[in-house]
Amino acid sequence: MNDRIKTNLKEDILWLKCSNCKEFIFKRIFEENLKVCPICGFHYRIGAYERIEMTFDDGIRGFKSLFEDIVSKDILGFTTSEPYSLTLEKNREKSGVKEAVIVGTGKVKGYEIAAIIFDFNFMGGSMGFGVGERIIRIFNYASQKKLPVFAFIASGGARMQEGMVSLYQMPRTIIAVEKFKEETRLPYVSIFLNPTTGGVLASFAYLADYIAAEPNALIGFAGPRVIEKTIGRKLPERFQRSEFLLEKGLIDKIVRRNEIRDFVSWWCRS
Amino acid sequence: MKRFAFDFENELINLESEIDRLKSIKQLSKEDSRKLEELEKIYSEVYRKTYSNLTPWNRVQLARHPYRPTSLFYINRLFKGLQEIKADRRYPDDLSLVCFIGEYKGKKTAIAGIEKGADSRERQKRRFGMPLPEGYYKFIRLLEIAEQLKIPVITFVDTPGAYPGIEAEEKGQALAIARSIQKMLFVKVPTVSFVIGEGGSGGAIALACADRIYVLENAYYSVISPEGCASILFHDEKRAPEAAELLKLTADDLFKLKLIHGIVKEPLGSAYRHPEETLRNIDKTLENALQEISSKDVEQLLKERHQFFINIDRNINNLVK
Repeated sequence: MNDRIKTNLKEDILWLKCSNCKEFIFKRIFEENLKVCPICGFHYRIGAYERIEMTFDDGIRGFKSLFEDIVSKDILGFTTSEPYSLTLEKNREKSGVKEAVIVGTGKVKGYEIAAIIFDFNFMGGSMGFGVGERIIRIFNYASQKKLPVFAFIASGGARMQEGMVSLYQMPRTIIAVEKFKEETRLPYVSIFLNPTTGGVLASFAYLADYIAAEPNALIGFAGPRVIEKTIGRKLPERFQRSEFLLEKGLIDKIVRRNEIRDFVSWWCRS
Repeated sequence: MKRFAFDFENELINLESEIDRLKSIKQLSKEDSRKLEELEKIYSEVYRKTYSNLTPWNRVQLARHPYRPTSLFYINRLFKGLQEIKADRRYPDDLSLVCFIGEYKGKKTAIAGIEKGADSRERQKRRFGMPLPEGYYKFIRLLEIAEQLKIPVITFVDTPGAYPGIEAEEKGQALAIARSIQKMLFVKVPTVSFVIGEGGSGGAIALACADRIYVLENAYYSVISPEGCASILFHDEKRAPEAAELLKLTADDLFKLKLIHGIVKEPLGSAYRHPEETLRNIDKTLENALQEISSKDVEQLLKERHQFFINIDRNINNLVK
């Protein structure tokens, strides 16, 4: 299903058509509703800064982005039709973020938190060195400053352009999580967004104390196409979606976007 | 009988078949015996040519060779008095991941291996070496036993990846892998890993976060299969050889990147032609590795294990041009 809202009107449109329920919705109401369809409740994909804007007190102004200078580089000399370094540049321009994850601190309902916020628009939220290192740093920082950690995951998994260096971000981030758990008595909470898959799910993301997901997010180790190819048949409709995972006991809760601030602040209360 | 051959081995295999055919004839004609002599003369040259200068893709092919020794070959030969550890106590035993307690040079040792199976019937049974979540949970059980007994853990990795199926997803494949990595990173005993064939992504690293990580010369260890990478990059799986080149997945490349501790040499012609020598090389490597790490106290061991992963950036920054 396409997560981007379809529009058949011009730039200054007032109305949008929901790609899920096909109903026309007022653009202003859609924005006010945190990019969730007010009719069918479909959660549209949003960028890291949109997430920050709607989650933190004072939005983006209230958020301090940290370790911005840490970014991935072309370690392997990975060149196809273009060098990987150019792919990175293009993604920075396209998404407005320098890496597939933003880490930093800010307040939610008055509580100071450390946050990990993926941006799926940047190379599918894939985890290479830059992403892994930022995650490690924020866990260490949260441990020093005694802040709870909230991770908003949206990722296709490990970033293949950095080869095994990307896969090694799995143990690296897990070491950081464990260190945080050892050094603090504070919660680490993951919120799985659409989609959360592969090496990100199978490492630090799943080792949170508590795991929530937005409605209808695709969550799984293997992608649906890979599974279909292996088993040679179509997958059931709701397979690997948040509601399915909740039913199977693989996550704790489904949290709608408009409940997230309440949810986060609940975990911050002592 | 037609022998199995990868494209790059074709010339050699045809030559071998022809030599075998001629040898099997009881009374060779003059012409044929001259031909046999001729062929035997060029044989070693063709052999050398076939296996020298292997491309990364050729190594991936060798890593997947149906005659390549699998985990159980090495396990059965290196260890004595094997006691198998069965299942995770929640689901029936996952045969794609085998666990044992055995003896290595007279000392108790915990052993785990991802096992592809040696023939086609066994391969079906063992899901071609693609573990289910319960396989990883069984491995975690083994690590706990090793901790209790204070004995080292040796793992053999040979998997295209963790099993991608409905059942695996329903049982939480991702969490099983995360937990396996976590337990291996923090287990309070010395650990040694060998990637002996395919080191397929998350399913492989779940058993490879050790104090010493070795990759066999013709094994590969990769974030994604070359086919998977090619289908994303080029929308064409057939371009896997190019992807194999890009991914830097050979033992040689990984050692240069300082992502592994060493390479286990295979004789010219690879492990499937020389299982005994390959076994001896693994044996030597293992013995040395255990000697290096067994004397360290637990705190030091874990600190160094973690530093190895955490500090990869130092090496990387030196490599970026």
